[in-house]
Amino acid sequence: MTILSNLISGISLGSIYAIIALGYTMVYGIAKMLNFAHGDVIMVGGYLCFCTTAYLGWSPLPAVLLAIVGCTVLGIVVERLAYKPLRSAPSLAVLITAIGVSYFLQNAALLLWGSDPKVFPTFFNFSGKSGVALFGGQLNITYVAMITVAACLVIMLVLTMFTGHTKMGKAMRAVSEDKGAAQLMGIDVNFTISMTFAIGSGLAAIAGVLLCSTYPTLMPTTGSMPGIKAFTAAVFGGIGSIPGALLGGLLLGVIEIFARAYVSTQLSDAIVFTVLILVLLVKPSGLLGRLVREKV
Amino acid sequence: MATKLKRMASSTRSSFITYGMVIVAYAVMEALLSGGLLTSSLKGMLVPICAYVVMAVSLNLTVGIMGELSLGHAGFMSVGAFTAVIAAAALGSTVAGPVRLAASMAVGGVAAGLVSLIVVVPVLRLQGDYLAIVTLAFGEIIKNIINCVYVGLDGAGIHFGMKDAAALGLEADGKMLLQGPMGAVGIPKLSTLTAGFILMMLTLAVVLNFVHSRSGRAVMALRDNRIAAESVGISPTRYKMMAFVTSAVLAGLAGGLYAMNFSSILAKKFDFNTSILILVFVVLGGMGNIRGSIIAAAALTVLPELLRQFADYRMLVYAIVLILVMLFTNNPACKALFARFKFGSSARKEAV
Repeated sequence: MTILSNLISGISLGSIYAIIALGYTMVYGIAKMLNFAHGDVIMVGGYLCFCTTAYLGWSPLPAVLLAIVGCTVLGIVVERLAYKPLRSAPSLAVLITAIGVSYFLQNAALLLWGSDPKVFPTFFNFSGKSGVALFGGQLNITYVAMITVAACLVIMLVLTMFTGHTKMGKAMRAVSEDKGAAQLMGIDVNFTISMTFAIGSGLAAIAGVLLCSTYPTLMPTTGSMPGIKAFTAAVFGGIGSIPGALLGGLLLGVIEIFARAYVSTQLSDAIVFTVLILVLLVKPSGLLGRLVREKV
Repeated sequence: MATKLKRMASSTRSSFITYGMVIVAYAVMEALLSGGLLTSSLKGMLVPICAYVVMAVSLNLTVGIMGELSLGHAGFMSVGAFTAVIAAAALGSTVAGPVRLAASMAVGGVAAGLVSLIVVVPVLRLQGDYLAIVTLAFGEIIKNIINCVYVGLDGAGIHFGMKDAAALGLEADGKMLLQGPMGAVGIPKLSTLTAGFILMMLTLAVVLNFVHSRSGRAVMALRDNRIAAESVGISPTRYKMMAFVTSAVLAGLAGGLYAMNFSSILAKKFDFNTSILILVFVVLGGMGNIRGSIIAAAALTVLPELLRQFADYRMLVYAIVLILVMLFTNNPACKALFARFKFGSSARKEAV
């Protein structure tokens, strides 16, 4: 039973990683940049949701919606101010700018909300219980875990349909394939990239709320470690691939929880990263990534 | 003398300017120190600045010269720092200070070099962002492992353990050197500005000579076009390994220097953020530009101190400065402006 219960919390954590990894993967696929500030957008989403519920007394649903809208706007603004002027710059320059944005968001949050951890309210309590007990109470599945997994699957389905069947989604795929050719076909490349950032940041807000509901402490640095792990998950699954992000996220979450439960709490991160290195050694482009052959 | 300077190869002249810059900076700092003109916070930053300069120069070897993004450079620094601390304790206070420092730093450098031999395997197989993530993962693994290691010293020698302090079974006179998550404690404060200066000069000598050597040119050829370089018989394995291991050894030495400037040190100090900080030095200073790395490392380490008047807003201002510098140096409009200046200087050079 403990195995099953660990598996469930692993899948739930993995789903959060997968949602964050989606943001990384989409932005990477289209703009070829590692958006290091992504993890901090998660934190901003968490704080927005926390403030509206704890200080203004909003009910959960509008609070979550506001967090999504807020993060989407934040994503667009950051993209417009910091990344757009560097569209033709070398990728490492953009990387450093992203790191600058990440520092900025963390320190702005530190000034606004202070360094003391905030306790995130529990949203997912139905009829006074936080979960469903199965097998006579031996297995307890929390509502948070269920909602996280469901949200992850829904997001994944919607995104797959979006990129496959809508005009905007097709434009995104075209831009990620070849920017110049896409522009010649009449696609507004800048607008498409901005939209990708908007979607990624909106997803980060959802991930932020789910993350803080599962582990209810909120600090200015809350987003950075999950951000790094989700980035790892995106690479694990093959960066640029949407199903890869799901697979990578889930595997990473399950490995982490199992390592924490059965090997060592302190070494769990080390184990996760060792598995990652081994996988990349065997399959250098990630689990579902396309191997791009180098041409002479 | 002047004609001699003119006849020198431009790379040699550039190297001499770099050495000269470090020597002058050292002389000025020593003068200020003996004059008592430095604030105590600045005084405490001198050795860390030296360590960061060495870190930046060695990372530039990987990122700028070899062209591979490394996000785990602090991992090597960490290995070097903690092995040096253990080595210094093992040597004991019977050995004279400078010798003890040099020997323990050397042990740290060797340890970092050995660890880099493991990391070099994925480095040779992977490229681009996949390699970046592996180096990131490596840095985190090192941090996690050091967080679990307990090391103690007593009459019988050094004891290692992964469980807790009591499991080491130290004798009564034994003392703990490394206490898992509590980090290393009771470190002898051996590092001095002079030691930092010597290490910087050594690093510069190694890196600049490497870059201008046959091997260095081979590494740069591999960076610019791997296939073309391989086709003229340059072995990627050999040269990449050479550059990567050199870079790691230097980082290990810097780690030893850094650790012995403090009485206690945590593994958390050498995390992902530190790796990123060093990468920021390298990119801001200009990739492949050794002198740029030195200036950027020194300036950005002092910058938070200079921004003290902004008090709470200091890190926020630091972030904004970082973003603005990147925007201004990379924006096409500003770049054109810089290019005009550059053109002017190169024209002058040709006239000579």
